[in-house]
Amino acid sequence: MNPLIETHGLAKEFARGDIRVLALRGVSVSIQRGEFVAIVGKSGSGKSTFMNILGCLDRPSEGKFVLEGQDVAGLSKDERAELRGQKIGFVFQAFNLIPRTSAQENVELPLIYSGVSRAEQARRAQESLERLGLRDRSEHHPSQLSGGEQQRVAIARALVNHPQLLLADEPTGNLDTRTSLEIMKILMQLNRAEGLTVILVTHEPEIAAFADRVLTFKDGEIVSDEPGLSGEGVLPASLPEEKEAKEA
Amino acid sequence: MKFLRMTLVAALRALRRNKMRSALTILGIVIGVAAVITTVGLGQGASEAVQSQIRSLGTNLLVVVPGTRTRGGAHSGWGGASTLSVTDARALEREATGIRAVSYIRRGSAQVLYGNSNWRTTIQATTPSYLDVSDSAMAQGDFFDERDMKNGARVAVLGGTLVGQLFEVGEDPIGAVLRIKEASFRVIGVLESKGGSSFGSDRDDLLLVPFTTGERRILGATLPGVVEQIIVSARTGASAHEASLEIEDILRQRHRLRPAQENDFTVHSQEEIANTMGSVTRILSSVLMGIASISLLVGGIGIMNILLVSVTERTREIGIRMAVGAKGSHILVQFLVEAMILSMIGGMIGIILGLVGTQVIAHFAEIPFVFSPGAIVGAVLFSGSVGIFFGFYPARKASNLDPIASLRYE
Repeated sequence: MNPLIETHGLAKEFARGDIRVLALRGVSVSIQRGEFVAIVGKSGSGKSTFMNILGCLDRPSEGKFVLEGQDVAGLSKDERAELRGQKIGFVFQAFNLIPRTSAQENVELPLIYSGVSRAEQARRAQESLERLGLRDRSEHHPSQLSGGEQQRVAIARALVNHPQLLLADEPTGNLDTRTSLEIMKILMQLNRAEGLTVILVTHEPEIAAFADRVLTFKDGEIVSDEPGLSGEGVLPASLPEEKEAKEA
Repeated sequence: MKFLRMTLVAALRALRRNKMRSALTILGIVIGVAAVITTVGLGQGASEAVQSQIRSLGTNLLVVVPGTRTRGGAHSGWGGASTLSVTDARALEREATGIRAVSYIRRGSAQVLYGNSNWRTTIQATTPSYLDVSDSAMAQGDFFDERDMKNGARVAVLGGTLVGQLFEVGEDPIGAVLRIKEASFRVIGVLESKGGSSFGSDRDDLLLVPFTTGERRILGATLPGVVEQIIVSARTGASAHEASLEIEDILRQRHRLRPAQENDFTVHSQEEIANTMGSVTRILSSVLMGIASISLLVGGIGIMNILLVSVTERTREIGIRMAVGAKGSHILVQFLVEAMILSMIGGMIGIILGLVGTQVIAHFAEIPFVFSPGAIVGAVLFSGSVGIFFGFYPARKASNLDPIASLRYE
C-alpha cells in the first residue's frame, strides 16, 4: 500500500526583503496511514513550515509532496482548498473557533464548503460533538466554554468531514497540564481506535512522548527519526481516575 | 445553489453578530434610497402640476403681438408698434386653414363703480369668440354675442375677483348696472375662475366688454381698428407650429413685407411656453436627484467602510474558513452577499420611507402624488449595485488573504 504522505527533497524559501531565508532544505520522509507522528524542534527549525505544506496551506518552492498518491505541489490555490476540506482536519494552539458563533455552527463550518445538505450538516455536527462528549455544549459560544472544551470543539470540527489526516499544531500550548493530558488522550484514542493518521507539532517532550514516531527538525532538516514512547510513562496514574470522573 | 443558500445563512449570521453596526450601515442606504425616491417622486409630481396648469391655458393657443417699432435706433419692445388690426384678424379667420377660431383684444384699465363699491381693473375689449379661443367657461349668465358686438351694446362679463370686490357675498351680479367712465354697463355674465397663472398674476381680475363698445366708450378710438393681441386657436390635431407658420405667411403678405424685412409682429405659442416650463422642471428635478444620489453614494461608502473594518476584524475567521476548505471565491461571495444584504434591506426600507415621504410632502405642497414603478425598480437595482460595487473591493481583499498569515493574525 502507498504511504499516506511522501515527500522528496522538500524545500521552502522565503524572501524577507533582500534576504532569502531557507526554511526547509530538502526534507524527504514518508508517513503511513494510521501513524501517530510528533514533529519536534526549536522555533525556526522549519517544523511549522513543514506542517503548513503538509496541510496544503502552503506550497513548497522545490521538491515533491504526494498525498494519497496525488502530487499536491503542483495544485492551484482552489484545488488545495478543496483538498483541505476533504482530507485534512486542523487543530490549532489558539483553538481558532469563530467567536460569537455556537459550537454547533463552528463544527458545521467545513461542511458548508463541501456541499452537504443543511439537515446532513446538523446531523453530522451533532454526531461529531457527541463523540467528543460535548452534546450539551452545542449551543454554547466559544467564550462560554473552557479551554479544554474549546479545543474539543475544534477537534470535533476537524473530524466532521472524516479526514484522512489530522494535523495538530501545538494543540496543548494554551492549556494547563491536566487538560493537556485529556486532549492528548483524545488524540491517542482517535489514532488507536479509528486508525486516524495524526501528525502533531510540539516543542514539549512530554507531549511528543504520546506519539509512536518522533521527527526532530533542525535548521530546515530532519535530524532524527526515532520511535516515540507511545504514551508510556507519560500516561500518569491520574488518567484512569479522570476517566472515572467523566463517567460519573 | 446549495452553496448560495449556505452563504446567505453565513452572511446573515455574520450580520447578526454585529447588530448595531449592521443597522447603522443599513441606515445610510435607507437615507440615500429614500432621498432618491422622494426627489424623483416630487420632481415628477411638480412637472405634472406645471404641465396640467399649462394645459389649462390651452396648448393649441397662439398669440400674435405687434413687433417692435424703431425710432432713431431705439426699439420700443414687443407690442410697441400698432401694426395689428381687426382686419388682420378677419383675414386670418378667412384665409388660414389650420385655424379653428380667432379673437382679438385691446386692453386698458379703468375704475369700475357699483353702488358704494369701486375697483380698478383691467378692461378687456374683445370678440364673442374669445370665450371659446381662450378656453374659458361661464360660471353664471352668458357671454356677449355678435349682435351685442354689432350694436356696441353696453354689456359686461366679469372675472371672479371683480365680483368679489364689487358685490356682497350672496348678491347676484347678473343684471346689475356698473358705471365705467361715465357710461353704464349691464352685467350679463361671470367667468369661471381660472386661478392665478403660473407667473403669479390674477387672471380673474378683469372685465370683458364687446370690442366695439370698449373701443368707443372706454379705451378711446384714437387708432380705430388697432388691436393689442390676436388670439388664435389652432385646429385640434393640427400642430400649433404649422399654424404659426401659416399666420406668419398671411400677415407678412398683408403687411407687404419684402423677404429681407423682419416680421413686424411675433407669434407666441403656449406649446413653446409649455416646453420651456417642462424643461425647467426637468432640470430642477435632475439636479435634486443628483444631490439625492450623493447621499446614496455616501451610504455605499459606508458599506465599503464597514466591510473593510469587518475584513480586518475577521481576518482570523477568514483564515479558519480557508483552512477548513473555503476557496477564495467562497470568501468573495460571502462578503459580497453581506454587502448586498445590507444594501438591499436598506433599499427596501428606503423605498417604503421614500414613498411615504413623497406622499406626505406632496400632500402639503399640493403637488399630485405620482407613483412610479420605474423609480422603485431603479432604486432596488441601484441599491443592489451599490452593494456589489462597494462590497467588491473589501470582498476581494478578504479572498486574497493568505490563510497562514490570517490564522496567526491577532
